[in-house]
Amino acid sequence: MIKARKLVHEYIRRDEEGNVESITTALDHIDLDVKPGEFIAILGHNGSGKSTLAKHINALLTASEGSLVVDGKDVSVEENIFPVRQSAGMVFQNPDNQIIASVVEEDVGFGPENIGVPTGEIWQRVEESLRAVGMLKYRSHSPNKLSGGQKQRVAIAGVMAMQPRCIVLDEPTAMLDPDGRKDVIRTAHELNRKAGVTILLITHYMEEVVDADRVFVMDRGKVVMQGTPREIFSQVGKLREYRLDVPQITILADMLRQSGVDVPLGVLRREELVDAILKAAQI
Amino acid sequence: MLRDITLGQYYPADSVIHKLDPRVKLFGTLIYIISLFCFRGIAALLLATAFLVGVIKGSKVPFRFMVKGLKAILILMLITAVFNLFLTPGEPLFSFWVLKVTWEGIKNAALMAIRLTYLILGTSIMTLTTTPNQLTDGLEKSLMPFSRIGVPVHAIAMMMSIALRFIPILIEETDKIMKAQMARGADFESGNLLKKVKSMIPLLVPLFVSAFRRADDLAMAMEARCYNGGQGRTKMKPLRYERRDRLAYVTVLVYLVLILLCRTFLRWPM
Repeated sequence: MIKARKLVHEYIRRDEEGNVESITTALDHIDLDVKPGEFIAILGHNGSGKSTLAKHINALLTASEGSLVVDGKDVSVEENIFPVRQSAGMVFQNPDNQIIASVVEEDVGFGPENIGVPTGEIWQRVEESLRAVGMLKYRSHSPNKLSGGQKQRVAIAGVMAMQPRCIVLDEPTAMLDPDGRKDVIRTAHELNRKAGVTILLITHYMEEVVDADRVFVMDRGKVVMQGTPREIFSQVGKLREYRLDVPQITILADMLRQSGVDVPLGVLRREELVDAILKAAQI
Repeated sequence: MLRDITLGQYYPADSVIHKLDPRVKLFGTLIYIISLFCFRGIAALLLATAFLVGVIKGSKVPFRFMVKGLKAILILMLITAVFNLFLTPGEPLFSFWVLKVTWEGIKNAALMAIRLTYLILGTSIMTLTTTPNQLTDGLEKSLMPFSRIGVPVHAIAMMMSIALRFIPILIEETDKIMKAQMARGADFESGNLLKKVKSMIPLLVPLFVSAFRRADDLAMAMEARCYNGGQGRTKMKPLRYERRDRLAYVTVLVYLVLILLCRTFLRWPM
């Protein structure tokens, strides 16, 4: 689905005469492979380059070096830009700044309108996508009256209506309250399960990563760790080095382990820890 | 406090006028304005009044909503009436000091007041029965011929609809910044006009910065959803003429012809 080889992106700052002032390497030789239908989480602290990577997948930025292929299409080829944007949709952080129309259904229809879908089919797609994110009853509302989580789901519906193979969510929950956050993440998982859409969730909340198929950890433009959530969370010390907040349950389990209680490595959920402690207590 | 502002004064109701295609309404309003400024004679005046009353009745918008629009231009109307009254040359009826009141002056003043009132009522019927979005759509479609000579019609319409979408967001943001600055001791209320204008600077600068940031984000979000200007775009809600729209066109044209006929044959008494 997504295949990146030695992807490099440099932000070059120039002074008024156009001389190079400084170069910031946001992506430093990234290798990434995502299979169709996977739920991938990308974790990273601020400035780790995770948003830059997201924009590459959607052909909003072009690489300084290396190659990136999305859904079999080379992103660096000019003619591929729109096909790539159609097959890899993108949801951004700020819910207000990505809703274009003043009625929910019109906003969801914006993407299909752009790619020239016939009118009848637009209506059908809008209805399907709004139903998929559970926002069908708000179809004729104004987006201004919706909560943050609802707006973000509308934005996801807007991407779904373009029938993408893959959706990149760039910190979709950073500006939401806990309820809205849960809603958005649940919606992403549902789309992944039911519609088989590949999901790339970019976040710095570790709790949202727990149910992902695979996790990539980025730091200073490099992929520094990758594996299943369990593999990642079993390395608490290393995660802290990359300035990431480990879930409290995992920290607790880690501390119990260090003090001699027989708890497995990389505990992710509360129930799991309770079971492990009970088991340890019985022996 | 800023949240109460409603833009575009759409009055939702289920009427024939509401259901008309926005293009018909735009065209009808234009024709009506033209007719107001070229009618002559009492018969034409009655006809224009009847037409207006008919449309207002048909729109199901309460009359007091219309009158609200009139209040705003009351001063303008008074000024035009006064100038017309005193400054029209002709046979003086009576005069005091340097001011002369002529028969023609009285006639012009009255006519001007009637024309302005009808103009405001006529145009507010359009804004009251059409949502801003419909209006933008209608404008885009009606102005499409101009895109051949290089007018970016689609871009203008897109800008208008985005502006409409962001007005409530920016108003909310203004409110927020205002409160933040007030919490830091800013004073927006007291002082003379110059001082008040100056105190707006700490409000406007952050507002502009944030508006530009939003514009940047929005542009990226639009690009990510394959927005590529007007080419190859389809419409989710295309404008299509129906029977009632054709009927409305005919009605408006018949009205214009009648006004022009009155102008030629029934000029009395003006």
